[in-house]
Amino acid sequence: MNTSTETQKDAVIAVEDARISFGAVKALNGAQLAIMPGECLGLVGHNGAGKSTIVNVINGGLTPHAGRIFADGAIQERYGINVARAHGVRCVFQELSLCPNLTVIENTRILHRELGGPGWRAKAREVIGRSLDAVFPNHGIDPAVTVGSLSIAERQMVEIAMAFSDAGIKPRLIILDEPTSSLDSGLAGKMLDYVQSFIAAGGSVIFISHILHEVLAVADRIVVMKDGGVAAERASGDFTEKSLVEAMGSVVKNETRQHSGRDLNAAPVVLEQRDTGLPFAAREGEIVGLAGLSGHGQTEMLLRLHRLRSRNWLPQRDPAVTFVAGDRRLNGIFERWSILRNLSVAALGDLVHRGLVNERAERSKAEDWRERIEIRTQNLDGGVLSLSGGNQQKVLFARALSTRAPVVLMDDPMRGVDVGTKQEVYRIIREEAAAGRTFVWYSTEMEEVCLCDRVFVFREGRIVAELTGEEVTEANILAASFAGLPA
Amino acid sequence: MNRYVSVDTLRLALPALSLAILLVAVFWLQPRAMSYTGLNLLFNLAVPIALATLAQMLIMAVNDLDLSIGAFVSFVACVTATYLYSTPVVGILILAASVGAYAVLGVIIHLRNLPAIVVTLGMSFVWGGFAVLLLPSPGGQAPEWARWLMTVRPPFVPVAIVASIVAALLAHLLVMRSSLGVLIRGVGGNARSVERAGWSVIAARAAAYGLAGFFAVLAGIALVGLTTSADAGIAQRYTLLSIAGVILGGGEFTGGRISPIGAVIGALTLTLAGSFLSFLRLPSDWQIGAQGAILIIVLAFRLLLNRLEARNK
Repeated sequence: MNTSTETQKDAVIAVEDARISFGAVKALNGAQLAIMPGECLGLVGHNGAGKSTIVNVINGGLTPHAGRIFADGAIQERYGINVARAHGVRCVFQELSLCPNLTVIENTRILHRELGGPGWRAKAREVIGRSLDAVFPNHGIDPAVTVGSLSIAERQMVEIAMAFSDAGIKPRLIILDEPTSSLDSGLAGKMLDYVQSFIAAGGSVIFISHILHEVLAVADRIVVMKDGGVAAERASGDFTEKSLVEAMGSVVKNETRQHSGRDLNAAPVVLEQRDTGLPFAAREGEIVGLAGLSGHGQTEMLLRLHRLRSRNWLPQRDPAVTFVAGDRRLNGIFERWSILRNLSVAALGDLVHRGLVNERAERSKAEDWRERIEIRTQNLDGGVLSLSGGNQQKVLFARALSTRAPVVLMDDPMRGVDVGTKQEVYRIIREEAAAGRTFVWYSTEMEEVCLCDRVFVFREGRIVAELTGEEVTEANILAASFAGLPA
Repeated sequence: MNRYVSVDTLRLALPALSLAILLVAVFWLQPRAMSYTGLNLLFNLAVPIALATLAQMLIMAVNDLDLSIGAFVSFVACVTATYLYSTPVVGILILAASVGAYAVLGVIIHLRNLPAIVVTLGMSFVWGGFAVLLLPSPGGQAPEWARWLMTVRPPFVPVAIVASIVAALLAHLLVMRSSLGVLIRGVGGNARSVERAGWSVIAARAAAYGLAGFFAVLAGIALVGLTTSADAGIAQRYTLLSIAGVILGGGEFTGGRISPIGAVIGALTLTLAGSFLSFLRLPSDWQIGAQGAILIIVLAFRLLLNRLEARNK
């Protein structure tokens, strides 16, 4: 960032001092990024580092709350999707973003607004056909079929070819977010070859991948992001896989390690699952962490464990598992219900007398839990939305803990919760674990994973590493989350 | 390539096949239906239903559902039988304004993120109220040209069938071939990707609703052309018939998967099912249930087809 005005003049797109926050979470905290013509920029970072957010800023989908954006050296006051597209910015998203009900040709029409007028079908067919042939020779995809009938790999191929296609506005900056995740090595190789030739012709690419050797091979320069900012930025020749992983980690937080040093190897195993990579097992009283990059199979694992231990038709008299949802608004709280009702709903089975809810027992139980985990409200009858986000999350914890289930599954429940609340919840979890409860905890935050007695690291839907006790360190987890390093 | 086409073709072939089977059954029961007049009588009431089904299909293309189609077509019928007959200019203005109201409804539903079912259910009472204000008791008169249009006798093929084919082709061009149609279906399939490409999803939704209003207006006019007079509740059952028609024709409630030709075939099938059941001398009490049974059978086949499709992948 030394000669920043110089770089901005030459850069295709430059983002300067961008800041974005969602509630308590600072997604971007003064991030800088400039992409030169003819350059492939590798972008790596762990969960919540801000990769997706800065990508969304560059493609115009998100407007930063503070900061400046330059395109071709000119400052952009009203940067948005259409400005970004006019400058040739294209994006291949991690989740597939075509319309499955339309044909490949029709999707091309949607992407290229300039492709109108009579005979657009023939033009679109030529545009996408040319691009598919260039990126994936011998692809065998007929552009007249609907996208929904293609296989996942074929869809990914179409999506990549779509980004590189030219129907009037030349593509100049392509953002590839985990582009090879559903391609086999042959197809991935073809794509990487095409990226090289695109760059040689003066185009720019931002390449995001969890496969580090791919990033090292393709990128000219690598930016490592951490906590919404840029942690390191060097020519890719100056990085090794090891130094990349080290740069992603945070060095200062070492004191957060608070291991009980409990020896749980003698405790009975309460959960087991062997279908996904290394065998999974959780013992009584253990806090088990599920780690790895988000979306690599952790939530599926929790759901599988839940299915394994619960019945479909009739509720069990003695519940075996309980679940704390991560997305509060989507599948956690009942928005229109009072705090009391939200808290007691999971344990109602224990509070029923002759088919009717015993209201006095319900209230005393709720009051009890309110004190134990300090939900900050005077009145349990208020609407649950009157609480702050952190306190809503506490209600969800109380809901799960007030059941008699010996196993608690948690799906990244602390997302967007303030630090104070987090500390309180950690304390409760440790207390409950000491009393013999088992926790299976998927978290995207390193600090939380490091609290666990045993950690399973996921990559591409499988468990690739099991860490116990002193092995649970940030360095080990990062190394296992990114492919290419011996875990 | 062939494996994709076969499943897609099957999807469209299924409604056509069910129509053909019903038609054969009707001819077998009542051979006299196999004539120019017979076919016209069998299908002429299907024309307004087919147009209303196309309107519903446009709404379903953007993942919404319109519960006010029946009331709206009734309202249009009342306008047609009164103002459009007596003072055509005023009549046309009212109808144009109501198409505009449909487009505005689309904008409101999108902007306020309201459930379309609730909004259109409310609107059905509004349209119903206007209809009663216009025609408190059955009456009115059909405009000459509407009457002529629905009773003209073209050579060889009865007007009911010609009108159905023209409506299906027009809708096919508009929804399946044009850029606007692609955009509307794209909103149903993946609104976010449409937005990311820089389109206005609001405009697309407004267009879908406006076009739906337009087709519903055509349905109302065609209905009055057939019946020569109107009544405030004349098309109440169109709401459910139109939804059933879209589904029967291979459309789906979500995901922007629709087929205009299928929708028209679906509407024809539903009308024909009614006649078939009367030819069977089934008491009319049982007819609605039997119509439902036909719907369930066709949908069961569809489900089977979807399973097949999933396995092929």
